[in-house]
Amino acid sequence: MRYAGTAHVVGANIDTDAIIPARFLVTTDEARLGANCMEGLEAGWVARVRPGDIMVAGPNFGCGSSREHAPIAIKGAGIPVVVAHSFARIFYRNGFNMGLVLIEVGDGYAELGDGSRIEVDTGAGVVRNLDSGAEVRCQPVPPFMREILDAGGLVGYVRRRLAGEVR
Amino acid sequence: MPQTLAQKILQRHCDEPVGEAGSIARCRVSLVLANDITAPLAIKSFEAMGAGGVFHQERVALVCDHFTPNKDIDSAEQVRLVREFARRMGVVHYYEGGEVGVEHALLPELGLVGPGDVVVGADSHTCTYGGLGAFATGMGSTDIAAAMALGETWFKVPPTIRVEIDGTPGEHVGGKDYILRLIGEIGVAGALYKALEFGGAAVRALSVEGRMTMANMAIEAGGKVGLFAADERTLAYAAAAGRAGDAALAPDPGAAYERTVRLDVTGMEPQVACPHLPENVRPVSEVRGVAIHQAVIGSCTNGRIEDLREAAAVLRGRRAARGVRLIVLPATPGIWRQALKEGLLEVFMDAGAVVGPPTCGPCLGGHMGILASGERTIATTNRNFKGRMGSLESEVYLSGPAVAAASAVVGAIAAPADL
Ligand code: SF4
Repeated sequence: MRYAGTAHVVGANIDTDAIIPARFLVTTDEARLGANCMEGLEAGWVARVRPGDIMVAGPNFGCGSSREHAPIAIKGAGIPVVVAHSFARIFYRNGFNMGLVLIEVGDGYAELGDGSRIEVDTGAGVVRNLDSGAEVRCQPVPPFMREILDAGGLVGYVRRRLAGEVR
Repeated sequence: MPQTLAQKILQRHCDEPVGEAGSIARCRVSLVLANDITAPLAIKSFEAMGAGGVFHQERVALVCDHFTPNKDIDSAEQVRLVREFARRMGVVHYYEGGEVGVEHALLPELGLVGPGDVVVGADSHTCTYGGLGAFATGMGSTDIAAAMALGETWFKVPPTIRVEIDGTPGEHVGGKDYILRLIGEIGVAGALYKALEFGGAAVRALSVEGRMTMANMAIEAGGKVGLFAADERTLAYAAAAGRAGDAALAPDPGAAYERTVRLDVTGMEPQVACPHLPENVRPVSEVRGVAIHQAVIGSCTNGRIEDLREAAAVLRGRRAARGVRLIVLPATPGIWRQALKEGLLEVFMDAGAVVGPPTCGPCLGGHMGILASGERTIATTNRNFKGRMGSLESEVYLSGPAVAAASAVVGAIAAPADL
């Protein structure tokens, strides 16, 4: 899959309370959570996002609680993919399970400046900065993780598996 | 390519070749676990998935151990939900009432987990089974629901930190002290994402119970799993638990480790973790004299028979100090019965202890020993986060059973040698 959009850069150790503060956890609705995405980092942060934009983060993105609301909020904000130096373990699982694409690029994230146009090619395992021309390598998303994402997340994936639609 | 224990175990459960650290492996699971707090959420996801049944009726364990015997109406409702699900699905390993023990002590004792297994649980201390050589880790409710439905899950292959523990420890120093010392050194994020793989002469000399105590706290260093090779001791333990067909398991020589940490435990004192993080570790002599109001001996970390023997050896012929509530919770019915037979429960009663049923109870601030503001406890459990056992203004110190017992007698943190 290819994704292209404007990069919105956030820092290191962004925790799940920054992504979606606990006071918004009264719902699991994607759109409602999305409207408050990153509200714990900066009030009104989400206003800058256009559908398809890409979040770029430093090390240990998504640390803190195991709330599945965090990746849902990012998806709900219209961001289909997060490119980070690295992700916290539980967030990494929850992200894919909720249908959010997560790409780890290590130190390469520094090539992806705020506001630059970037392209993510999950099949080829590369992230490009279309403004500067810089290319950053990453692990391609394995085929069956792709299936989880295609099903919109783990719940949808298991439904398909049980219905015999995928193996 | 020589493999670490983590890679080796995953490979057994994976059809494709397991790659290097960071790659994704899709694995069959040996057992899926949830408890009275986490199972209701997993059941909700399971139903949203439209799953009609669990993947295997003997490979799902539902253990109602946290707020049981049910402490209030809400917990009773939760357990009812889990019980009804277990019945509907024909789950064989459903435990409550007189059959229940703290999950991570119970499952090994029943032979439900063993060397080379892949176990996922909706509980962060699922890593305990690494003490038996199982790749075991905690996950969220949706993951657990998927594993219950499909019998498989996915992992990111973790890089491994090798921990070599050598030397001859003194009296009253064991697995709990080793793991506290390690967490003190590498910190609560020191093994984030990673596998800890333990070896060395001191680890080989350790009982399987002691190894499970250590593996239990791998998560307290951020680790995904804490792994031990399966040797003759492991195989003897597994056979005694009624398992058949287990084989020894060791990492390949020359396997790639991210780094190696070495500890020499010769002459090491018992260790204590001070509030409010498991990494605030000091030798007991440096915290001696801190007054306590309660001492708790139990939990999935140190509620096994060996722990009770150690505590009883310190308490025999002694009494808890006035004003100290000593609470002893054998972790499973089997341990309770064994402690009864050996006369340990009488030693605890004579020392003025409350001997309770197998339950998590106070470990997570659930019930059976909650702290008021300004109170301080020493506990053989695994977490001393702020408010973990009650009021946000209370404090938890963590130690092994001998130090907890000695502290109860003195009324302040003490080493057994101080008595
Ligand atoms: S004894 Fe404590 S740490 Fe262990 S499973 Fe129960 S609540 Fe969790």
